[in-house]
Amino acid sequence: MSIYLDKNSKVIVQGITGGEGSYHTARMLSYGTNVVGGVTPGKGGQKSEHGLPVFDTVKQAVEATGATHTCIFVPPPFAADALFEAHDAGITLAVCITEGLPVHDVLRVVGATPGMQIIGPNCPGLISPGKATIGIMPGHIFKEGNIGVISRSGTLTYEVVDLLTRSGFGQSTCVGIGGDPIIGTVFVDCLRAFANDAQTEAIVLCGEIGGSDEEDAAAFIKEHLAGKPVIAFIGGRNAPPGKSLGHAGAIISGNFGTAQSKIAAFQAAGVPVADRPSEVPRLLAQRLGVTV
Amino acid sequence: MNLMEFQGKELFARVGIPVPRSQHCHTPDEAASFVAKNPGKWVVKAQVLMGGRGKAGKIKFATTADEARAVTAEIMATPMPPNRQNPNGEPIHSVLVEECLEIDKEAYCAITIDRTSKKPVVMVSRFGGMDIEEVSEKHPESIAKKAIDTAAGFWPFAGRELAFASELDAGFRKQLPAIVGGIYDLFFRYGAKLVEINPLALTKDGRVIASDAKVELDDDGLYKNKEFAEWQKALPLDEDESLATASGLGIRNFRRFPGTVGTMANGAGLAMATMDAVKNANGEIANFLDVGGGANAERVRKCYELVVNHTNAKVFFVNIFGGITRGDEVAKGIVEALNTTTSRKIPLVIRLTGTNEEEGRRILTQAGMTTVATMDEGAARAVELAKA
Repeated sequence: MSIYLDKNSKVIVQGITGGEGSYHTARMLSYGTNVVGGVTPGKGGQKSEHGLPVFDTVKQAVEATGATHTCIFVPPPFAADALFEAHDAGITLAVCITEGLPVHDVLRVVGATPGMQIIGPNCPGLISPGKATIGIMPGHIFKEGNIGVISRSGTLTYEVVDLLTRSGFGQSTCVGIGGDPIIGTVFVDCLRAFANDAQTEAIVLCGEIGGSDEEDAAAFIKEHLAGKPVIAFIGGRNAPPGKSLGHAGAIISGNFGTAQSKIAAFQAAGVPVADRPSEVPRLLAQRLGVTV
Repeated sequence: MNLMEFQGKELFARVGIPVPRSQHCHTPDEAASFVAKNPGKWVVKAQVLMGGRGKAGKIKFATTADEARAVTAEIMATPMPPNRQNPNGEPIHSVLVEECLEIDKEAYCAITIDRTSKKPVVMVSRFGGMDIEEVSEKHPESIAKKAIDTAAGFWPFAGRELAFASELDAGFRKQLPAIVGGIYDLFFRYGAKLVEINPLALTKDGRVIASDAKVELDDDGLYKNKEFAEWQKALPLDEDESLATASGLGIRNFRRFPGTVGTMANGAGLAMATMDAVKNANGEIANFLDVGGGANAERVRKCYELVVNHTNAKVFFVNIFGGITRGDEVAKGIVEALNTTTSRKIPLVIRLTGTNEEEGRRILTQAGMTTVATMDEGAARAVELAKA
């Protein structure tokens, strides 16, 4: 098993004929993802450069292909519309790669799309190594295995995964949830899914300063996740207070959302916190009682 | 984008939130001629983004045209002095000449985004006119909060509930639902991340009026209202933000620090982890720089020049993990940056991995540069070079 995505999941790409959409569709296909078609309004009936059918609407695509998953590459002003369209057509999991969505669009979407798991926006997507990937992650650094990975940052996820793979720890599923202030899927959602996944034996969580998702995750782990070890890493320990660094999410104010408060919350929940990404495999090995 | 008081109040007026009668003036003469035509008691307030205007003597009173001219000149003569919020201070380019309210009571009312519930949340407190952070420390029980369901929208019951829960003075109660409805309307119509009325004033003649206005708009939503592009041009950026913009980066993608190890990474998370790695190697960071996705040669050259010319960097640590970013393009960018730049040369430590990494390393090696395998190794090497 794995969470959210396996090799049978039928995936469509919204924005399949655009530059990024087309490039990453090719990569997803070569990784083995079951991409069954795409949507570009006005280009229905054509074939994409990958030979996939293109539809005018998500509804048509779902009716013709039975797709359940979508990957969204459309520009920011149209991304919320694309998410609502996916939900209306019965899609159950939507990965929104697009960066720069107005936060009020996201508020409206997450408040009115029950039954659809949204990953992102502004995220690298997800991958169940050896099975399938949706998004823009570099497939070659992943390896199939038993570690679940959740991260707010794209490139930091790759960094940590690369270290895990090199140390012999394969992954069940890796989810890049995105660093925006409002996102569809938070740490707790992924932890709940990993808790019920037989393939996942341990979890690596990469957080960063800002917000309280990490603190919420620590509380959830304490209550509900006794059986599976979790290792955490928090980025931005040396960020100055009151300044926003890149991610809209990475703003610290007062004592709330600081690296210190997150580290303390994890430690109180019995979760070891790595000082640096390279320490993650060692802590994981310790908790699992294996040698790297 | 943070708005000045006069801009915030203009938006308040559009959504029906009562504001004092006022005139936005750019010179002492403008203020004087307004008061000459409109006799009465007026307050003259410096228009700046930073707080602490009262303490800095940048809010003054005037009842005659001559007084208005004199206090405006006095306010505009010197910039806002530095404080904890803004260590550089801020120049004053205009004032708001405003009806002087006879205030009986002050309250607090704001709307912002709650990340956990993923909903807009309205906050009301009977303690107005002071920092909300201070209120939340001293009287946390006084702050009533209510999440608004975005599908249902705002309905007056939410305002009534907040008025009773926060034990607002009876004079406020009847008006509060309309005020909260107004800030909710503004929040969505103009894409605000924060709308704060502090203080919300109850006047001696029983009116409820927004005495101050603090509005932060979502930069990603600015395109929806064309007029905001003009407002944005007129607003001051801090030095780091100006430098970032001039180099084609987002305003949040560059920050300077006093240290000597320059850094650049792709992605904010990795850029923060890179800073942490330098600290772990006992080095001091010169900057935070997120080059973003799809870094090309021109962009890399601009980033190199930004760090070399505007920070204390003695070494430049480039940490690229490719997802969308292609390693060969970054490598070409680094080589081209060093070949074409007229800025001074400092040693580079390059960690490059991910998509097309072999090709990227080959290009760098051919150009006589060395690459390191890991972030920790790169940080250690960079710190060593910075101390040499």
